Amino acid sequence: MAGGSGAIWVHGELAPDGSLAKISTEVATLARQLGEAGGRDVVGVVVAADSGAAATELARFVPRVLTVTEPATADHAAGTIVAQRLAAMIEDQQPAYLLAGAGPEGRDVAGVVSALTGWGVLVNAIGVTWDDGPVVSMSVFGGKLTTSSRLTSDHGIVTVRPNVVTAEPAAAPGSAEVVATAGELRLPKVPIVDRVEAAALAAPIEEARIIVAGGRGVGGPDGFKVVEELAAALGGAVGATRAAVDSGWIPYAQQIGQTGKIVKPALYLALGISGAIQHKVGMQTAGTIVAVNRDPDAPIAEFADLVVIGDLFEVAPALLAALRARAG
Amino acid sequence: MRIVVLVKPVPDTASGGERLRPNDWRLDRPAVPAVVNANDEYALEAALKLTEAHGGEVVLLSMAGANAPETMRKALAMGAASGTLITDDQLGGSDTVSTTRVLAAALRDLEYDLVLAGADTSDGGAGVVPAGVAALVGLPYLSYAAKIEPDPASGTVRVHRISPTGYEVLEAPMPALIVATQALGEPRYPSLKGIMAARSKSLDTKSLADVAVGDPAVGGAVATSAVLGAEAPPPRAATRVVRGPADEAAREVVAFLTERRII
Repeated sequence: MAGGSGAIWVHGELAPDGSLAKISTEVATLARQLGEAGGRDVVGVVVAADSGAAATELARFVPRVLTVTEPATADHAAGTIVAQRLAAMIEDQQPAYLLAGAGPEGRDVAGVVSALTGWGVLVNAIGVTWDDGPVVSMSVFGGKLTTSSRLTSDHGIVTVRPNVVTAEPAAAPGSAEVVATAGELRLPKVPIVDRVEAAALAAPIEEARIIVAGGRGVGGPDGFKVVEELAAALGGAVGATRAAVDSGWIPYAQQIGQTGKIVKPALYLALGISGAIQHKVGMQTAGTIVAVNRDPDAPIAEFADLVVIGDLFEVAPALLAALRARAG
Repeated sequence: MRIVVLVKPVPDTASGGERLRPNDWRLDRPAVPAVVNANDEYALEAALKLTEAHGGEVVLLSMAGANAPETMRKALAMGAASGTLITDDQLGGSDTVSTTRVLAAALRDLEYDLVLAGADTSDGGAGVVPAGVAALVGLPYLSYAAKIEPDPASGTVRVHRISPTGYEVLEAPMPALIVATQALGEPRYPSLKGIMAARSKSLDTKSLADVAVGDPAVGGAVATSAVLGAEAPPPRAATRVVRGPADEAAREVVAFLTERRII
């Protein structure tokens, strides 16, 4: 069979510039590891109006990439369209598993593929091993527990959080081939009638290696200047708590926590953040957590690796100076 | 306008008491007070604002346990007119596939211009149900809305969908399903009047047999995934506490980050 019955498929997600999204390089690396462990073929699938660049990039990570040219994704909301093509290909070629990123696009795609195929979904994996099928670790209840789950049949979907694995290209690049599409897109297509770029484009936080985040203690939009300067000095992205976002100090796209994004950077530098559970659930799996807070009894002082007890408006500029001095 | 909001009672995260049942690793719902899922409250708030601006009413739809009415009354107190609850012992332990199919089947019995859903729930965290429901019902799907602008005259709705670079403006005919985000605005607190009124609002409880889900079967017995076990994650190392003058603290932070090869 063309796609390999029993194979592990990887949804190749596109970044806004048409290149392969970073999350897909990580998911593809994970799929390759699982394929080696389980003796399964690993196949990447890219469905896009112009999939060339992403398919070539994905083929650096997996032996084989199937490319579907789907013009409708250029000017329509892509998730439902991509998912319909994937669902039809799954029915045709009978792979066993589909791996996707756990971000907004991956969730839209996984939701529609699951509904159309009846496949189950294990979501937000923070680790995946192989034991006659994927065994998926998830963090639940604000990180109090790590559960281990598996699919009850020999097929299904797994969505994977960013920064769970380090992307590593395969020893030898794979091949990319264009496959024909068959069938109508039955579900309503939703046109994109306009695209608006954010005024000052903030670095995306989901995939950032370093995040400098501000909370209520930052005090206002002006307070975020030092957060932004520190992020720039560290080459990181700016994050925030719900309190800071609700106060209008920083856009919602930067919010970390229960009603925002879940992040797993190598370093999380928290300025004026108390570390309430609703925020903690979004960042507690960071590699290293450093906090600056005036209150030694703030919850974050219990789970940070290092906490500076002090005024962030004194400590942050000093830290900026120290980083700049170090950079020479 | 008539708007259906999908709501789910979830364990109150702030309680800190959430746990799994030791025998089957299912969420022990009675162990913790339930609240309306926070992301669903944003959807409800957006729906209430839309009906305030354009007329009409907001109705709730939930698939949940038998004690859900108590939580749904909180959502009714915010201003929803009525609600439908699908509850059935067979649905305990349902996965997202079953939940999606039950909600889609229940929607077919309702009339609406829009369906609003939250981006994900704080208990399962999947965020895959709204897209699946839209696909099964055949509704246009507009996700991650920061702004919702219906035009009842033309029967269309525009949504600002949050994208990695800003937002996309999507347009679709109604009825459509929209995933709400926090960017739509803070949920209101129920007024005392709202709380009083909620007591007498209609909450229609249906069993699985009342909803035409069709084949194959749904519910916990046919769940597509199973939890094998759960354990507390390895504890983080003890916190290093730094006090003292800012410049000394800053040098210590830089040394710490260098030692961990972060910078």
